[in-house]
Amino acid sequence: MNDKIKVGMADLNACLSPGILTTLGLGSCVGIVLYDPLKKIGGLAHIMLPDSTQIKNNSNVAKFADTGINKLIDDMVRLGASKNRLVAKLAGGAQMFSFKTSNDLMRIGDRNVEASVKILRRLGIKILGQDTGKNYGRTIEFYTDTGDLFIKTIGKENKII
Amino acid sequence: MDNINIDTLDNIHLDVLKEIGNIGAGNATTALSQMINKKVDMSVPKVRILEFKELSDILGGAENQVVGILLAVEGEIKGMMMFVLETTSAHNLVNLLMGKALNTFEEFSEMDLSALQEIGNIITGAYLSSLSSLTNLRIHPSVPHMAIDMAGAILSVPAIEFGKIGDKALLIQTGFGEGEHKVFGNFILIPDVKSYGTILTSLGITA
Repeated sequence: MNDKIKVGMADLNACLSPGILTTLGLGSCVGIVLYDPLKKIGGLAHIMLPDSTQIKNNSNVAKFADTGINKLIDDMVRLGASKNRLVAKLAGGAQMFSFKTSNDLMRIGDRNVEASVKILRRLGIKILGQDTGKNYGRTIEFYTDTGDLFIKTIGKENKII
Repeated sequence: MDNINIDTLDNIHLDVLKEIGNIGAGNATTALSQMINKKVDMSVPKVRILEFKELSDILGGAENQVVGILLAVEGEIKGMMMFVLETTSAHNLVNLLMGKALNTFEEFSEMDLSALQEIGNIITGAYLSSLSSLTNLRIHPSVPHMAIDMAGAILSVPAIEFGKIGDKALLIQTGFGEGEHKVFGNFILIPDVKSYGTILTSLGITA
């Protein structure tokens, strides 16, 4: 079955090989891919904000880096992945508009990336590749049979990390 | 009014919010029409309450390439305002304004980009100033910023702002178009949760 599994904004999903996970038009949000290379189990979270503890209304766990990563790990373990074999790849976290304000909001892309990296480190999950920051949108596809993360942008070469 | 719930807005509230879109977009399309000296039609405004994962569908899908002009709205109403054009429409609009042949789709030049930015300035300004006079509320728009990219990426910016307060976004969307030269786009007003309470109250509607 080669149908791509679509992950929306503030959404996450996990699947077994040869499933393909995709999220379209990532802007300031971050796409976090986790992978168990032995069992070929992949997971993708499209998070919007760095930290659930800073927000009152935090029932959607997929919206935040901290709770999203934890939920994704749980889902993958349920599919048979081993937590200590997981590796990660990250994409997104762009600054789409160049607002020059002191407002932290406009740095949200960077903050999302920083938070994701910090949480992965704390969990001892190695980050194998990262295509983050800059000022453009990204569509990503994760191939669970190979572990490749395919990144498409408008007007630039596609890349694989 | 602070605790207004998006899920329980009734038809009266939605009608009032649509009317806001109608008046704001009406002024903005008039400004656009004067600039290009053509009649610009406007669709009936829609009030949409969307989950984040549905958000980019409104602009033709997450990967659809669009020109987005975004500005922050501050003052007694907070939120964001967006003026969105498909790239083809943006080319047509620039061609109309610059007196270039229609269907020239070279890369945007610096001049084209600043023309687009200026159009965005004038149009969003017209929308917000009519909203301000209608509601008698002080509204301070920020300087507009432009990005040309995937619709999903552009919409992630207001979506994240909403993500801080809830799991849905309320937006007031009005489409516009100029048939002969194929310029179609959208005005999107995205008030934060507190602000549509403020808007409704200012118009004498209790939530």
